[in-house]
Amino acid sequence: MAMAIPKHLENAPILYLDGVSVSFDGFKALNNLSLCIEPGEMRAIIGPNGAGKTTMMDVITGKTRPDSGTVSFNHKELNQLDLTQYDEAEVANLGVGRKFQKPSVIESLTVFENLELAQKGGRGIWQALMHTLTREKKQKIQNTLELIALQDKAQDLAANLSHGQKQWLEIGMLISQEPELLLIDEPAAGMTDEETMKTAELFKTLAKTHSLVVVEHDMDFIAALDCKVTVLNEGSVLAEGSLESVQKNQQVIDVYLGR
Amino acid sequence: MSTLHNISENQKDIKLGPIATLLVGDKGGQRLIMALIALAIIFPFCNLVFPQDSFLHVSTYTLTLTGKYLCYALLALSVDLIWGYCGILSLGQGAFFALGGYAMGMYLMRQIGDRGVYGNAELPDFMVFLDWKELPWYWFGFDQFWFASIMVLVVPGILAFVFGWLAFRSRVTGVYLSIITQALTYALMLAFFRNDMGFGGNNGLTDFKDILGFDLQSSSTRSALFIASALSVVLGYLISRFITTSKLGRVLVSIRDAEMRTRFLGYKVEYYKLFVFVVSAMMAGVAGALYVPQVGIINPGEFTPIYSIEIIIWVAIGGRGTLFGAVIGAIAVNYAKTYFTGAFAELWLFMLGGLFVMATLYLPKGIVGFVRDIKQGDGISNRFYLLFKNKVSTKLSSKGSV
Repeated sequence: MAMAIPKHLENAPILYLDGVSVSFDGFKALNNLSLCIEPGEMRAIIGPNGAGKTTMMDVITGKTRPDSGTVSFNHKELNQLDLTQYDEAEVANLGVGRKFQKPSVIESLTVFENLELAQKGGRGIWQALMHTLTREKKQKIQNTLELIALQDKAQDLAANLSHGQKQWLEIGMLISQEPELLLIDEPAAGMTDEETMKTAELFKTLAKTHSLVVVEHDMDFIAALDCKVTVLNEGSVLAEGSLESVQKNQQVIDVYLGR
Repeated sequence: MSTLHNISENQKDIKLGPIATLLVGDKGGQRLIMALIALAIIFPFCNLVFPQDSFLHVSTYTLTLTGKYLCYALLALSVDLIWGYCGILSLGQGAFFALGGYAMGMYLMRQIGDRGVYGNAELPDFMVFLDWKELPWYWFGFDQFWFASIMVLVVPGILAFVFGWLAFRSRVTGVYLSIITQALTYALMLAFFRNDMGFGGNNGLTDFKDILGFDLQSSSTRSALFIASALSVVLGYLISRFITTSKLGRVLVSIRDAEMRTRFLGYKVEYYKLFVFVVSAMMAGVAGALYVPQVGIINPGEFTPIYSIEIIIWVAIGGRGTLFGAVIGAIAVNYAKTYFTGAFAELWLFMLGGLFVMATLYLPKGIVGFVRDIKQGDGISNRFYLLFKNKVSTKLSSKGSV
């Protein structure tokens, strides 16, 4: 495709946003944003409302086409790809999973069916029509159910889950997609303190095998993640570093933390 | 693992045929199919075997009328497949029905041969009347039943494919899609009204004589058409059930409930919509093709936008997203229509509108959902039911005490 560099770069960043700009009716949602995520890295993104966090996610996942700039994704087999050339479904199948701010599970399907739907592979029409659950696939779903502590709810409609359980189910769906890179939008929103801490633990486990980008407002949650933090403001990077260093940054205090 | 899953695993151990597997846990569907098969046997039998003055005799009129309703039932099924499961509210489904009907009508027209008013073996009457010298190219092949039968599927299928490809790829959804489907059927209506289109204009295609060499007026032909209609509904039901119980069906539900989410799961939503839209259009085409020989006419009136809206009402009243609810809705509303248009013709449209409003407000899940709620003891309709029951019982008990 567009930006295929023939050799797979072993230590290249898994995601590299280079000078991405997006504007809506003259409003610059992203302003020459550059960001680099290393393979296996967990990164927290914070910033005031309107800083461009969600727009950034939209650009990476193919929902919004940027006015300029590229989004390079280092795919295991296909090497360097420019994600701006693909649509949402294609980006998802390339190995980028996304979790929304609002828990968005399929409410009229059961927990089990939600996970089955998310499970990697079989995206074609014919494959979907002729799909049968092999023992192996069933076992995988079972493992995911245990991971997200919903094994007792497997046959319940997703609509009947509590808010926190829906968040977890969505995380489970994300894992079932077997992505290389996970984009997670405000996972702790609406969770109890206990659930928040459990979620932070889960992400730490996930970070061992995936690259993660987490957008969050909850400072306790970010502290629990214990990872590098990027502060966005007015569509570009304001500061980057450990949570401690960012919290001491005067600019960050002025635009975000101090308010 | 929960008990439910164990049950489904046990059921797999008892070897079931492919059709039986489709109907596991689908009581409504099982009953519907049994009823349709019984109907397909009993009605023609009572029509052909018992003499006209017998108590058990089913008149050819009733037989044909019911056959017509069965075609509507198949049409409603096709709407439920896209609307109930994928959220595509097509207000132009009548277009595919009419196109299937026209394809069959063209075959029946060519079967008339030289028995027409003008006695022209090559040209249908209306072409002779318009002083056309030869058959237009798009009528070629329609003297063959097999060719017409293929066209019954292909023509609505291609139109749905082209229309759906343009609409779904541009991500036209919701009311906007509904409006352009209305425009589609309206545009086709205007086109088919034109004489130069070569489909009989205003009068459409009629005066059919026979099908496959059998007289269309005879009771036995009517019976055969009736059986074909009933079996088509059964087949349509099984196909729809196969689609909706597969993983593809769950993708459709997912598109209906959360289209964006489905995309981010990696499913090409437009392809899925296109697939189910084309299947549905073909089913509607078959319904139209079975309808035309039974009613004996097809004209551009079938494209009227309001007819397509009526189909939606059948499905809404029957219960969307259940498949057999659509069949029940289509048959119930049309029996009511036949009765009320006979009894108080001017009031029918008001009643239909009222029925739709009532169904939306008080029976959001249709007749099927209402019955289900009462059985399961929850839902809004059950509260109404209990309220009603309590009132009746208090009335009865107060009467008793007085």
